Amino acid sequence: MRPAGRSETESLYFKYPHFDAPAIVDRNAEHTAQRVAIVGAGPIGMTAALALAKEGIASVLLDNKATFNDGSRAICIARPSFYILEQLGAIGPFLDKALGWTTGRTFYRGQQILEFEMPDSESEKFRPMYNLQQQYIEQYLWNAVSANDLIDCRWQSEVTGVKDIGDTTELTVRDPHGEYTYDACWVLACDGAHSPMRKLRGHRLRGENFEGRYVIADIQMEHDYPTIRRAYFDPICRPGGTALIHKQPDNIWRIDYQLGDDESTDDALTEDSVRRSVSLLLQEIAYQGNWELEWWSVYTANTLALDDYRDNRIFFVGDSAHIVPIFGVRGLNNGLADAANIGWKLGWVLNGKAGEELLDSYTPERRGATLDVFANASKSARFMTPNTYGWKLMRDAALSLALTHPFAGELANPRQMTAFTYGQSPAVIIDDMPLFDGPAVGALLPDHKLPDGYVSDQLGEGFTVLCFSETLYTALTSVIGRTAKGLCALNLSQYPAVFTAYSADENTAYLIRPDMHIAARWQHATPQKVIDGFQRVTFNLEEAL
Amino acid sequence: MNPAELERIYETLAHKLDEVGQGDSELYLAKLVLLLAHSVGDVDVVEKHIADAMHGLKITE
Repeated sequence: MRPAGRSETESLYFKYPHFDAPAIVDRNAEHTAQRVAIVGAGPIGMTAALALAKEGIASVLLDNKATFNDGSRAICIARPSFYILEQLGAIGPFLDKALGWTTGRTFYRGQQILEFEMPDSESEKFRPMYNLQQQYIEQYLWNAVSANDLIDCRWQSEVTGVKDIGDTTELTVRDPHGEYTYDACWVLACDGAHSPMRKLRGHRLRGENFEGRYVIADIQMEHDYPTIRRAYFDPICRPGGTALIHKQPDNIWRIDYQLGDDESTDDALTEDSVRRSVSLLLQEIAYQGNWELEWWSVYTANTLALDDYRDNRIFFVGDSAHIVPIFGVRGLNNGLADAANIGWKLGWVLNGKAGEELLDSYTPERRGATLDVFANASKSARFMTPNTYGWKLMRDAALSLALTHPFAGELANPRQMTAFTYGQSPAVIIDDMPLFDGPAVGALLPDHKLPDGYVSDQLGEGFTVLCFSETLYTALTSVIGRTAKGLCALNLSQYPAVFTAYSADENTAYLIRPDMHIAARWQHATPQKVIDGFQRVTFNLEEAL
Repeated sequence: MNPAELERIYETLAHKLDEVGQGDSELYLAKLVLLLAHSVGDVDVVEKHIADAMHGLKITE
């Protein structure tokens, strides 16, 4: 919602573009043979389209709106997401505009009880977290999407029907010119929390709803405070409640505050009420300058997911497949990881570089990530909005004790987003090496600084084998050239520091997937083992060595 | 801890609970448990005491 007198997309600082519907002649043009339809051109749909395009696969991107999202307001982008944006060639404007941060502060009754630092160091390429408004996230992705000839984006185009016909999925699309059908061989449903695609297919999200309600408001003010997440428990202005403050670019600040049981949602959402509540919180943080109200809304925390992210030839990606509580900033980040995951896999299958079984790894990997998010986010949500007598008493005890005993403050540490380890996936090779303490199979490869850049800069477009000896590297490159399309080797043997980082000796090798997750690792690697492993995780076993 | 020392703790707690009053005594006791648990340091021992304290309450009768 916006203040009286301003329209839905009339922002203090952001100009929403207007997108026309496609001309009839364009939407009726000849299709390519491999037709992937992506429903929803939000951040997840655009990321999926870019991930497919990176593999050379064309897609049609359908969105029922004429501009960017106004309702969804993600602001935190985690480090693993920056790697995704970098791989898609879209990172430039994000690095220029987003505010990186590492620190959080927690206050109880006005007194600071905890300052936490997220893991970061000189050898990290990206900060653990960045704040950026969702409008900018969409704008920067759109810049990359609109410049890409493989992506046919159709705005004002609503999917109203879906039918399975053999190996194709027929979508009924309605735009201002009328209705038409589009035959897709695969469909990615990236149409958000209220997913019409999910409803058209008769699926329901299952899980828990938490009771706490939060008002979320963006305001503009010249407030001199670094980019540090501030959490207020039992603030003087809101006894018994909690509030969060985040800095965003353009002097925009995100304020979240919890509603008490006695406050009705309707009353709390009036402009007067929001202004009054924000004023009181600003008084409490001793801000005395002017401020302007940009936008506000309300949310409740949920942990909901589909049982299966795939329905025949349709994949559910992002919020259409799962809704997570905001504490821990995993909604957008989890969705971006979904999009990158299905993007490279579908691309590899359509290119003939991987067997179709690879697609069966999407649900276990990404639903596994969501369940992990639920476990962590539920802990955070219970701390932020305890919903029973016992949880509330223990939370208050921890906060009260933390005033004098820092150990109790650690209980208030929000468990922020980290990449999920695909330890049980069919698209990795589970090993049994208890004495080997290198990064685990399925984990996102920890990056490492080299004299001239980072390990991540040296990875190939497809799978990469990290080699720690010249011998293995040379042997592998000669075999790869003849047999393994999409695999390349990287020789790290000249960098001693990297050996320690990856617990490697000269016989070690890691196989890294296009999404930078570790597919396999060997303590005694041979070219044969590596090629076999590559073929196994790409389900391409018939390809002879 | 000998019986006299335990009695001293018993009396101190009774005084403190009277001082704190019914409104805040649960919060006070929960804080005390976290403090004691932290100084005991052994999670299994603490878990056992937490379970033992359930005996004799209405819910377990």
